[in-house]
Amino acid sequence: MIVTINGKRRRLDVAPMRRLLDVLREDCGLTGTKEGCGEGECGACTVLMDGVAVDSCLVPAAHAEGRAVVTIEGAAAAKRSARALQHAFVEHGGAQCGICTPGMIMAALPLKARSSRDQIKTALAGNLCRCTGYIAIFQSVEAALSPARKGARARRR
Amino acid sequence: MGRAVGTSVRRMDGDDKVTGAAKYVDDLSFPDMLFGATIRSTISCGEIVNTHIGLPPEFVVADHRDIPGANHVALIDPDQPCLAEGPIRHYAEPVLLVAHADRRALFGVEARIRFDYRERTPNYDPERSDTCFKQIAIDKGDLARGFGDADTVIEGEYRTGHQEQLYIEPNGVIAVPGDGQITVYGSLQCPYYVHKALVVVTGLAPARVRVVQAETGGGFGGKEEYPSMLACHAAILAIKSGRPVKMIYDRVEDLLATTKRHPSVVRHRTGVTRDGRMTAMDIDVVMDGGGYATLSAVVLSRGVIHAAGPYRCDHLRIRGRAMMTNTPPNGAFRGFGAPQTQFAIEAHIDRMAGALGLDPLRLREINALRPGDTTATGQTLGKDASALPVLREAVKRSGYKQKRRAWQGTNRGIGLSLFFHGSGFTGAGEVKLASKASLELTATGARILVASTEIGQGTRTMLAQIVADAMALPYSSIEVHAADTDAVPDSGPTVASRTCMIVGKLLERCARDLRRKLGKLTPAEYFTRHGAVVVTAQYEPPPGQVWDDQRYAGDAYGSYAWGCNVVELEVDPVTFEITPTHVTAVAEIGRAIHPVMAEGQIQGGTAQGIGYALLEEVVMRDGRMANAQLTNYIIPTPMDAPLIDVAMIERPYAHGPFGAKGVGEMPIDGPAPAVVNALRHCGFDVRAIPATPERLMAGKLKVEELAVESFS
Repeated sequence: MIVTINGKRRRLDVAPMRRLLDVLREDCGLTGTKEGCGEGECGACTVLMDGVAVDSCLVPAAHAEGRAVVTIEGAAAAKRSARALQHAFVEHGGAQCGICTPGMIMAALPLKARSSRDQIKTALAGNLCRCTGYIAIFQSVEAALSPARKGARARRR
Repeated sequence: MGRAVGTSVRRMDGDDKVTGAAKYVDDLSFPDMLFGATIRSTISCGEIVNTHIGLPPEFVVADHRDIPGANHVALIDPDQPCLAEGPIRHYAEPVLLVAHADRRALFGVEARIRFDYRERTPNYDPERSDTCFKQIAIDKGDLARGFGDADTVIEGEYRTGHQEQLYIEPNGVIAVPGDGQITVYGSLQCPYYVHKALVVVTGLAPARVRVVQAETGGGFGGKEEYPSMLACHAAILAIKSGRPVKMIYDRVEDLLATTKRHPSVVRHRTGVTRDGRMTAMDIDVVMDGGGYATLSAVVLSRGVIHAAGPYRCDHLRIRGRAMMTNTPPNGAFRGFGAPQTQFAIEAHIDRMAGALGLDPLRLREINALRPGDTTATGQTLGKDASALPVLREAVKRSGYKQKRRAWQGTNRGIGLSLFFHGSGFTGAGEVKLASKASLELTATGARILVASTEIGQGTRTMLAQIVADAMALPYSSIEVHAADTDAVPDSGPTVASRTCMIVGKLLERCARDLRRKLGKLTPAEYFTRHGAVVVTAQYEPPPGQVWDDQRYAGDAYGSYAWGCNVVELEVDPVTFEITPTHVTAVAEIGRAIHPVMAEGQIQGGTAQGIGYALLEEVVMRDGRMANAQLTNYIIPTPMDAPLIDVAMIERPYAHGPFGAKGVGEMPIDGPAPAVVNALRHCGFDVRAIPATPERLMAGKLKVEELAVESFS
C-alpha cells in the first residue's frame, strides 16, 4: 500500500489487517508511538491521520492507504504548534514518565490557538495519564496555544 | 549557594520524552531476538497433574526443570516459585514459558497448551485464612487505663479494595544471553532487586549478571518487585534458546497477573472524652496478601505504623495481620499500606466527631500531633511535625468552614483528611540496606552514579540539582549515569519516598567531599591534572535514631511529611453519581527541590487517590480479576480530574538534602478519606471504597441517623 508517513510517501508491503500501530513501530521504526492498552482506551498510540487524531491500535493498516499519517517523530515538521507544545510539556510538568506524552501531544495538535480549558479537555478526553493528574498537561497545552498568558495563567490553576 | 535547588530547572529527560526519542523497553531490539509469553494456571487452588503441549518445534518451551539455579523469586520469603512445579496457589500463576521469533505466532498460544488439575477449594477471604504471612503488634501505654479515662467508646469497621497501579506502560523486559552471563533490560524501579533474583534463578555469579533500566513508563510500586519475576522468565528462555528474548505484557495480562494494592479491613475502637480528647485507641488491621508473601510483611508494617493517623494518644494497641488468600499476590503500590489504614482512621474521626457533636476539624485540632509529641511507636517528633500548619492552611485556602455551613443539607459536600507519611525504609530498614551512592568527576563537572531510577518522578533532575548546588557548579554540568548494575553502586530500591531524602543526602555528601578535593581548581583543571576521581558515600543513620524491631517501638522513620486534603464534591440525587469538583492539597515536605515536579507528585498522587476513592474497582470473581481491561477498570480521565489546588509548606528536616523529606507517596494517603468525609457531609454513610453509586445508594442515611448509629 501507499501511505504518506511524516511527509514522506512510502510503499509498504503489509497485511491489511495489521494494526497501524505495529506497522509504524515495527516496519517503519517509529517507536515514539506507544502501546498502553491495545483497545483504544489509553490514547498512548495517538497519531494524526489526514489531520485527525486516531488511536493507531484500532486502525487496520489498509485503512491508512492513500492517507497522510503523522507521528510524534514528524510532528514538528508537520505543524507549527508542535514545537511549542513539546517545549511547554517539559516546562510546565506535562511530561513525567513520558509514556503518554507523544499521544497527548498528538491529540493536542489539532487544537486551535487560544482553545478554552473545556476544548482542551475534550481533545484529550481519550488519552490517559497516570502521573500528572492532568492539570500540568492542561497548563502545558494552554501555555503552548496561548503564549501571551503563559506566565500569569499557567502558574496558578 | 542554592542556584538550582528550589527552582524548576528544565528536566533532564524532558526533550527525549516529548519528541518520541526516549527508548522504553519495547522500543529496543536485538539481533536474532525471540518474543516470549507466559502460560498461566486457570485455577486458583490445587495442583497440576499433567501437561499437554501441542506446539511445533520452532517454539522454545521452558518449565521449572529449565531453571539452572533455584526456583524461587528472591525477595523476602523464598515462597514464590518462578515457575509452578505442581501446586497452584492462585489464578494466573506462571507455569510454562514459550518463545518464538514471530511475535504474532504467540497470539492465542495458550489455547494449544492444556493442564490437567487436581483442584482444591480456594479461600478468598483473608479473615478465614489459616496462613498468616506476618503479624505485628504495637503497644503503647495502658489500654485499660485509656478506656477508663474515656466518656464514650466509638467503634467502626472500614474496608478498602484492590487498586491497580496502572502505569501506562505495561511490564516488560528483554534478556540478552552472553558467554556464561546474562543482561536484562527492563521497565523497572529496582535494578538490584532484579539482579538478586536473577542470580538465584540463573545460578550465575553476581558479576555475570547485569541489569539495565530502560526508560520506564510509570511504576507506582507496580515495578518494584514484579519485574524480578518477569526478568527471571525472560532469562530462562534466553538461556535455553541462546538468543535474546523480549517479553512485554499486554494490558490484560498485566492486570490479571501482576500485583495490586492490598485490600484491607480495619477495625477501630476508640475511647474519647466528651470534649474530644482521644484517650485510647484499639486498632485491628487485616490485609489480604494474595497467594504468596511478596512484600506483604513490609506493607503491613507501614500500614500499622500509620494506623493511628497523625494523632496523639497515650494508650493504644495496634494489631496487624497479612493473610494468604488464593488470589494473585498483592504488592507494592504508592503509599504501601498507609493509604488503607489512614483511610480508616480518617473516616473514623469524622464519625466520632458526628457522635460527639463536634466539627471534624475541631476534633482533629484537639488531637493532632505537635512537635515534641510521640507517635504510636513512641517516636518523639521534631520541630518539623506539621499536622496543625497543614490543617490550618488547607482550611483557610479552601474556605472549609464557610462551605461546610453553607452546604449543610444539600447535595454538595466538603470533607477533609489529615495525614502523614514516613520517608524512607521503616525502622532499621535503611541501616540494613546500607545504600551507597557515588559521584564521578568529569572534565566538565560531575556524573551521578546511583541505581535509583527515573520513573517519571524526576529522579535524574532532582539529584543533579542537589549535586550542582552542593558542588557550587551549574546544573547543566551534572550528568546522570544510566541505572546499570555494571556501572553504579546499589543505592537501594526506588521506593518508600526515599530517593530524595536518603539517596539525595548521600549525593550531597559525595558532592561536598568532591568539592573539598577540588579545592580552588575547576573540574576541568583537576581532571587534567589527576584524571577521573570517584567518591562514594554510604548511609549512616542520623545520630540518636533508634528502632526496636522486637517491640516495634522507636523511631520508625527519619522524618515524616504531612498533608491535608479538602475535597469538594456533588452527588447526583437521582443516579448517585459523584463529581469531585475541587481538591485542596496542602503538603509539608521539608523542601521542594524542584517545585514543578514536587507539585506534579502531589497532583498526580491526589488524582490516583480520587480514583481509589470513587472509580477504581477490581472485581474479583472466583479469584480472578473479572474486569481486566481499561474499558471497565476505570481510572480518572481528563474529564474526571478535579481541579487540584496545591500548596507546599517547607519546614526543613535537618538530615535531608537542603532540608528535603519524601514526597512521592504521601499525596495518595488523603484523598479517599476526604471524599468519604465529604459524602458524610451530604448524608451518606460510606465506610468502604471505592464509593461507587451502588455503595452510595446502600449507605444513604439521614444526618440525624448518622449521629445515632455512631454510638455503640
